[in-house]
Amino acid sequence: MKPLTQRQIDFMGRRKLAFIVAAVLLIVSIGAIFFQQLNLGLDFTGGTLIEVRYAEAPSLDSVRQLLQDNDFEDVAVQTFGTSSEVLIRLRQAFDPDIGNQIVNLLEDDGASVELVRAEFVGAQVGDQLRDQSGMGLLVALGVVMLYVAFRFQYKFAIGALLALMHDVIIVVGFFAVFQLDFDLTVLAAILAVIGYSLNDTIVVYDRMREEIRMSRIDDMPQIFNDAINATLSRTLATSGTTLLVLVALLLLGGDMIQNFAIALLVGIVVGTFSSIYISGALLLPLKLSREDLIPTKKDPDEEEEELP
Amino acid sequence: MVSTMVNLAVHSRSVHGIPFVIEGRACMLNRYPLWKYLLILVVLVAGLIYALPNLFPEDPAVQISSAQTGETLDESEIERIEDALNDADIDIKAIEQTNQQWLIRLTNSDDQLRAQEIASDLVDDDATVALNLAEATPGWLKAFSASPMTLGLDLRGGVHFLLEVDMEAALTQRLEVNGSAMRELLRDEGIRYRNTEVEERSLSIDFAGEEDRDEARSLISREFPEFEYSSEEEGRAARLVMTLTDESVNEIQDYAINQNLTTLRNRVNELGVAEPMVQRQGPDRIVVELPGVQDTVEAKRVVGATANLEFRLEARSDAPDSETEEFSFRNDESRSAELMRDVIVTGDSVSDASRNFDENGRPQVNIDLDGTGGTLMNRATRSNIGRNMAVLFIEHKTEERTVIEDGEEVTEREPYVERGLISLATIQSALGNSFRITGLDSPTEAEELALLLRSGSLAAPIYFVQERTIGPSLGADNIERGLLSVQVGLLLVALFMLIRYKVFGIFANIALALNLALLTAAMSLLGATLTLPGIAGIVLTLGMAVDANVLIFERIREELRNGMSIQQAIYSGYERAFTSIVDANITTLLVAIILFSIGTGPVKGFAVTLSIGILTSLFTALLVTRAMVNLAYGGKPVKKLWI
Repeated sequence: MKPLTQRQIDFMGRRKLAFIVAAVLLIVSIGAIFFQQLNLGLDFTGGTLIEVRYAEAPSLDSVRQLLQDNDFEDVAVQTFGTSSEVLIRLRQAFDPDIGNQIVNLLEDDGASVELVRAEFVGAQVGDQLRDQSGMGLLVALGVVMLYVAFRFQYKFAIGALLALMHDVIIVVGFFAVFQLDFDLTVLAAILAVIGYSLNDTIVVYDRMREEIRMSRIDDMPQIFNDAINATLSRTLATSGTTLLVLVALLLLGGDMIQNFAIALLVGIVVGTFSSIYISGALLLPLKLSREDLIPTKKDPDEEEEELP
Repeated sequence: MVSTMVNLAVHSRSVHGIPFVIEGRACMLNRYPLWKYLLILVVLVAGLIYALPNLFPEDPAVQISSAQTGETLDESEIERIEDALNDADIDIKAIEQTNQQWLIRLTNSDDQLRAQEIASDLVDDDATVALNLAEATPGWLKAFSASPMTLGLDLRGGVHFLLEVDMEAALTQRLEVNGSAMRELLRDEGIRYRNTEVEERSLSIDFAGEEDRDEARSLISREFPEFEYSSEEEGRAARLVMTLTDESVNEIQDYAINQNLTTLRNRVNELGVAEPMVQRQGPDRIVVELPGVQDTVEAKRVVGATANLEFRLEARSDAPDSETEEFSFRNDESRSAELMRDVIVTGDSVSDASRNFDENGRPQVNIDLDGTGGTLMNRATRSNIGRNMAVLFIEHKTEERTVIEDGEEVTEREPYVERGLISLATIQSALGNSFRITGLDSPTEAEELALLLRSGSLAAPIYFVQERTIGPSLGADNIERGLLSVQVGLLLVALFMLIRYKVFGIFANIALALNLALLTAAMSLLGATLTLPGIAGIVLTLGMAVDANVLIFERIREELRNGMSIQQAIYSGYERAFTSIVDANITTLLVAIILFSIGTGPVKGFAVTLSIGILTSLFTALLVTRAMVNLAYGGKPVKKLWI
């Protein structure tokens, strides 16, 4: 890994290109969210619940397979009370006929099935949960901005916030563009992306602050490049380990974990990019200067630290 | 935390500044005092103890007990069941006898339902065969009150309750509240009325003459647009009949069910880590599914409390009988009080309640009402200072009877309502959104009242219609694949660290394993529920937890490249990475804490896992790896660092 750590990559020189890429991705994402909309899962939309009674206990796996083969989405099949009673949940708008449809389908398989009931089920995520979670997120972002403004400087806070919004919008946009199922696990993944991206941003910021205080030149792009290059091997190592986990989850994990892994994969790639180009490079147009970080009264120790 | 941070930073600077001191102190660097090693050891041992029960997962079991207390089933009968189970190819792990009941432990949960069927066919009718999850935690671990995490609905299933919202009661309740408000309106305007009557969907008020009625009609219809109005003559009285429009009936019912959904969600989500499911089903039902608990009695207690409250004024001695009702106290049947029929507000309007003490140390309950509730309360109390206000406790219960109908056993449910006073206290000043109730007997009573007020806000009574156990929502195949993928993921991270950081990679991996143990321990102690995405989340946390070590190790490498001595590089690698690590983790922790306090349900659960993950990974990455590095290299002449 040595060559990488010693090579100086001119990140800031290519910031125009990066801004354009980010802008295009954001526009595509927002467009997709508005025009194509998210393909919300059973957790958010609700659907239909069907209870059936078999004459003999069936194999749940084959029931699941049969329903999936017949294009029913978000299928959950569970035993209910006894092993011959089965509860089926589908993300399919309720219609009075669906119970019989399912029973016919299951009987074609040779089993004797009796319909106990078919009813619509509401969303697991109610309006209250949605509103409260949205509110929680806004407050959380606000407090994080205050903390960053306090520990660093308010320009850093703006950069961190924009980077977070960038990451979240692109991950959600990705799900809208490819019409992937957006369920509660994906929501959890997005919260994890926020945590990850924030972590990444702060680590880069911390190094930037250090470099700004220590260097004697005033060439901000150069200082930023130094800082990003210095943290590059760490950034790649951490993203690397996390991506390793995610690739394992994606390839081996089965349906339940797949979308969770996709959301995080996209989020971590985008988050790594944004901690360099959005939260970092945005400080240039915000005109961050050394005076922003060094208090008027200089700490005498600071001088010593500048010595090689 | 901040103050130590500053100290360390200043310390490291002075080390940088005066080179000859570094040499002099080199042998002292990278050593921990003994107490620090001990402290770390204690935390880790405690972590291991509380994480251990998770290695002994609960066994799916079938519990057979005789209906008569004190009687135990015959051994021969159990042997018959055992033979039958063996014939059916069901693996039995163990059969044990505890407190007059038999527990047949099975090896896999797919067999559990079949085993129950077989067993119930073989035993007498009066014996009960129930599903159970038998704890397998060894006794010495139980002594520390350590227990494993529950497996979620997706992995193991749980109990399924179907609750029905009493829509009739929701309508009547609304009509009664409206009736009170109307009567008050009429009194304020000086219009005399006689009787109010509440029927299924309508409310009627009798007046002495048509003039009064017409005046009342125009007054009321302005304030209550949700009714259809009609005037009727009833003997000599003029009657105003107000019927709820279809639209407003739907609205009230929707409100009732949504409000109840919210309340139930709040109840089952109290801790935030239980991963329950609460869903509307059909027009007037609610499904509650709780993971793990296969003991339905216990679960019902969590969901069950169907209590509500009403605030009413005590009747004056001259109040006409038609306007008063008599209730006795809940804790003392012999005491009773005459209350006005008019309800000021119900428990639905309580937004928060807590126990407190007044300046004389007497217990009191502080109550916060929502906006409308506050207005109503203020209006009612302003003109009634000095009178008593009562808090009436209402519980909806059902009596179940099994009757034989057409040769089939049918359970009939007869709903009934229990009402009792919980407090009667003097109004000392006009009340607004928040006020307090004094005159309580004991702090315990105050605590209970606060608890009831907080949890007792169901918009309409609910009844249990059905309770069943439910199997896992994921197929066995899916679960296996999920578990395999997280294991592979974890292994890859460990390999990566080992290859990239060599000896230090070993330290990091040991720390990672300990981190996993601590995280598991903390979540078990909190009673968290483990779902498949939850497991993926934990592994992901571990993937990210190596970040702190990566930061430190990269920094050590960097310092080594800059020509620092080995001891110095280790020392300053840890110190200089410290601010980055702390800043990055505190910001994430802030997000998690806020999500926990504001969010609900799954968001809350995620926030808990995230916060614990951050704390444990900070501990293992900073202190535990440092302790290992110090033990290995501290104060020794090291020629080369394998990093």
